[in-house]
Amino acid sequence: MRLGLVIDLDTCVGCHACAVACKEWNTSGTTAPLTDYDPYGAKPSGVWFNRIRHYEVGDYPYNKTINFPMSCMHCENAECVTVCPTGASYKRAEDGIVLVDQNKCMGCNYCSWACPYGARELDRVSGTMKKCTLCIDRIYDMEIPEEERQPACVLTCPAHARMFGDVDDPESPVSRAVRDRGGYQLMPELNYNPTNHYLPPRVHAPIPTEELKKKVVRKVKEWVNRVVER
Amino acid sequence: MHPALAVIFLTLFSGGGFGIMALTAIVNDFQIDRGLSPLQTMIAVILSLVFVSIGMLSSTAHLANPKNAWRAFTRWRTSWLAREGVFAVLYYPFAALYLIWVFFTGGTHDAVGLILVNLAGVIGLVTVFCQGMIYAVLRTIRQWNTALVPANFYAMGLATGATVLAAERIIMGAPADTLVGIALALLAASAVMKGIYYFWIGRPGGPTIRTAIGFNRSTVRILEQGHTFGTFLTEEFGHTLPTAKARSVKVVMYIFAFVIPIAALVISIATGQSAFAWIAVLSVIFGIGVERWLFFVEAQHVVNLYHGRQQC
Repeated sequence: MRLGLVIDLDTCVGCHACAVACKEWNTSGTTAPLTDYDPYGAKPSGVWFNRIRHYEVGDYPYNKTINFPMSCMHCENAECVTVCPTGASYKRAEDGIVLVDQNKCMGCNYCSWACPYGARELDRVSGTMKKCTLCIDRIYDMEIPEEERQPACVLTCPAHARMFGDVDDPESPVSRAVRDRGGYQLMPELNYNPTNHYLPPRVHAPIPTEELKKKVVRKVKEWVNRVVER
Repeated sequence: MHPALAVIFLTLFSGGGFGIMALTAIVNDFQIDRGLSPLQTMIAVILSLVFVSIGMLSSTAHLANPKNAWRAFTRWRTSWLAREGVFAVLYYPFAALYLIWVFFTGGTHDAVGLILVNLAGVIGLVTVFCQGMIYAVLRTIRQWNTALVPANFYAMGLATGATVLAAERIIMGAPADTLVGIALALLAASAVMKGIYYFWIGRPGGPTIRTAIGFNRSTVRILEQGHTFGTFLTEEFGHTLPTAKARSVKVVMYIFAFVIPIAALVISIATGQSAFAWIAVLSVIFGIGVERWLFFVEAQHVVNLYHGRQQC
């Protein structure tokens, strides 16, 4: 089993709800708290497991905004685990989730240097490295209904842009989505073999933004506007 | 990369300390310049231990949670950082035993003495290799992911050690012609090694913002980083140095690390003025320190691509 996320860049609207839900759940979860520094001051900062960036892809007029959420990729070749001198970082054999044992971490930052995706962040207050746990305290919780045994980010996403599942099982919804939509891994040239995949935007017919055919009502409105302005 | 003083001091001083030990072993093995006297040997070993200890102590300042530092010796099967720790600790008993042996018997180059000093020297050199590999294994940082990194650590560590040892001999008024020659050769060799390294990392390469977010056939620009102020990632990895400024810092580095020590050692051996020997030592430590600072500042982690940099 190889658990991870599949993120649909076609439907992600960049609302940051996944990051907020992640912070809310995990700040009282297994690696809690996710400390904030100066939260109401001039320089707010803090520990987050999930960050969303926004990019412009292509050149005008063929450009597009891509909202890009990133959390731990739970890589198959997790160098962050290999380089850890204390054994605090480990990758679970049964489901491939990469975790940090908060009782063993000495806060040397070396694992964050080894991670290409910026998944690990040091908590200055506890002095330990913290990262996405894939909500391990949710997905195996037998006390909650089965449909809620998913990471907080996946449950909260209003655009259903996030999927959680077993990438090893070829018939799982995530594997099928990756296969059908041409899902890809980030920076494959580094050979970390991340579990998380990204689905590229679907190809749509372009929507004309200039020289729109104006309806009669619209033309009249614009004429009235001009006249009234004078 | 953030140039943390703790890590700069670690590689600078422990590299120099292990260099002093390796050179002490070589000089006493082959009785170069008639070998080091017991007093000179003890001073050299103490200097080595002090240098290595400064490095090791400052490295713990880099830890956010040092109470777990003892665990850093456990994962030596996979982690170069753990291996470095194991060998650095292993170095102490051999160096200390040699110091005690020389103090009580005066045997700088009898069988027992030579075994101890050579073991300490070799363990020191293995530690320097592990130290270089800590950086060289990281595929995320193109400027570090090269065999030139451990090679440079060796060259600089040995050059620092040779400079300190040659200066010690001059200051104590002992013959130092060959020792100064060794120091000059090692300084010149490390200057060349560092030049090769700068040539190597100067060539563009490595991942781009396109492969980072997976839109390989389009131009990609950052619109918004998604955070109000800095994050751990921007603080730790965001540092850069403009090319023009980097060039002038490199000139300063070359002058202090190589030109001044070479000139000062030559003047010192020619005139017998021990003040110049002191200048050589202080200059080489400052110069290699600047080199280590550059080593960190110039390292461009690929996570910067996600914050809008086009290439790392």
